[in-house]
Amino acid sequence: MGRKWRGTPLTAADIAEGRVATAEWRPEAKYAWSAGESIGRFLEELQEGHLVGRKCDVDDTVFFPPRSFCQEHFVRAGEFVRLKNTGKVETYSVSYLDTDARRLEEPVYVGVISIDGAAEGMGFMHFLGEVEEKDLAIGMRVKAVWKPKKERMGAVTDILYFKPV
Amino acid sequence: MRKVAVIGAGMTLFRRRLLETGKEMCFQAVQMALEEAGLELKDVDAVVSGSAPDAFDGVHMKGEYLLDGAGGVRKPYMRVFTGGGTACFSPIAGWWHVASGLADVVLVVNEEKMSSITPHPQYAFANIWDPILDRPLKPNLVWIFAMEMNRYMTVYGIEKADIARVAVKNKRNAVDHPAAQLADPNITVDDVLNSEVMAWPVQRLDISPPSDGASALVLASEDVARQVSETPVWISGVGWCIDSTMWTNRDLSFPEYLARAAQQAYGMAKIENPRKEVDVVEPYDPFDYKELHHLEGLLLADKGEAPILTREGVTQRDGELPTCPSGGLMGVGNPIAATMGIKTGEIYWQLAGKAGRRQVPGSPQVGVCQAWGDLMQFSSVMVMRA
Ligand SMILES: [Zn+2]
Repeated sequence: MGRKWRGTPLTAADIAEGRVATAEWRPEAKYAWSAGESIGRFLEELQEGHLVGRKCDVDDTVFFPPRSFCQEHFVRAGEFVRLKNTGKVETYSVSYLDTDARRLEEPVYVGVISIDGAAEGMGFMHFLGEVEEKDLAIGMRVKAVWKPKKERMGAVTDILYFKPV
Repeated sequence: MRKVAVIGAGMTLFRRRLLETGKEMCFQAVQMALEEAGLELKDVDAVVSGSAPDAFDGVHMKGEYLLDGAGGVRKPYMRVFTGGGTACFSPIAGWWHVASGLADVVLVVNEEKMSSITPHPQYAFANIWDPILDRPLKPNLVWIFAMEMNRYMTVYGIEKADIARVAVKNKRNAVDHPAAQLADPNITVDDVLNSEVMAWPVQRLDISPPSDGASALVLASEDVARQVSETPVWISGVGWCIDSTMWTNRDLSFPEYLARAAQQAYGMAKIENPRKEVDVVEPYDPFDYKELHHLEGLLLADKGEAPILTREGVTQRDGELPTCPSGGLMGVGNPIAATMGIKTGEIYWQLAGKAGRRQVPGSPQVGVCQAWGDLMQFSSVMVMRA
């Protein structure tokens, strides 16, 4: 076809050893987010050792995590509802990667846990603990393991992990 | 609506690192596409730029940054962004410029330069997660795909080996792609199954690499296309759809949003039975399981059936439903938005009979390309005809 396929490949060393001209920059931006109405309440309740959802008044769907409006009916959400500390593993992974893609010696177990009392399948991401890798399973019943109260900060990490019931 | 054709395509090499800047890569891809279309920049009425998160390049408002390389100076110009879904969404944006009568010739130019961010593009991906619910857990983006893959495998009882066959097929197909980064003529299912575990069930060879690259398409109205091209390829249906950002509230085993996008595109293209009517398909394959997930979402396989079709050879280049004949993201590389060159670009080349050693047999008449992105919640679909 006579097409010209162009592009000049480089290796990591070409850059590290200065064989091509480069420039560097490190952004120093720092962010502080307001958690908002519903997630703000969710975090406050976590600090007290509770999981909360929030109800849509149109059909009584309980959202978890809670939110301020229903994306289906597009109405303001109703009451907050305290939920149990238990739930079900919807899926999971055994990860050897940290957040910067560096390799972990010991893997972390992470999953999506749907919470009892919330609408079917409504869950959040968290760690799984006190469990052997071979015993991890989708459908596994689990319960929250909390940090000691004085160490809680109003964050999802106030729960250490979920363990098998 | 007016008929719209693709009349030229171009792309750079896909590589882990390229010397060229984003603008320079765009320029190379555009030149190649314009040459094939037999047009010059002065013939172009408007330009659409597509690129994924700004954080890779480290330049905010990347659309403006890439402007001159994309050929957009002093023209109507816009950037679109739907994450990985940009690969087939910016061509849709190009299509509506022409279909509406606003422009006769539109350039679509997609770019990604993932090598600039150090030590790894994963650092930019970390900023995709919800800042309050997800980021305190220090997640890696691969987790989300690993969890989706596990759910898919478990719900439908799929063997890992049947997923690994996709990686093998695509990396072997990529041997015939001049731009390929990760082609491997000798790779086996065992190589994939024995590769390093990253986040189970995702292993090293289940995943496409980060890449630098750019791609470009020339879109034209029917009048222009018939004047300048002997092999125009018509865009006969488009669709896109996005599901909830609350990904932990969805059943990850089936991409419902994709089925909706596909139905929209098939409806517009008057495709009644996609399994019978589609001759070649380029589903988005950043992971091997995603090709399978997407074949099912595109309604080209029943739920859980795509691995079986793969095992039976149906999706080979000479099979009944050639799938990722380009070599896909798994074999050619994954410069996110720029994979347009191996999705919409490949279907154009296949239907125009210009795919060279990658050409699927039997002069295919109907092709489908698809891309996937945002927080694994979005799909864009295009149906094309020779
Ligand atoms: Zn509602």
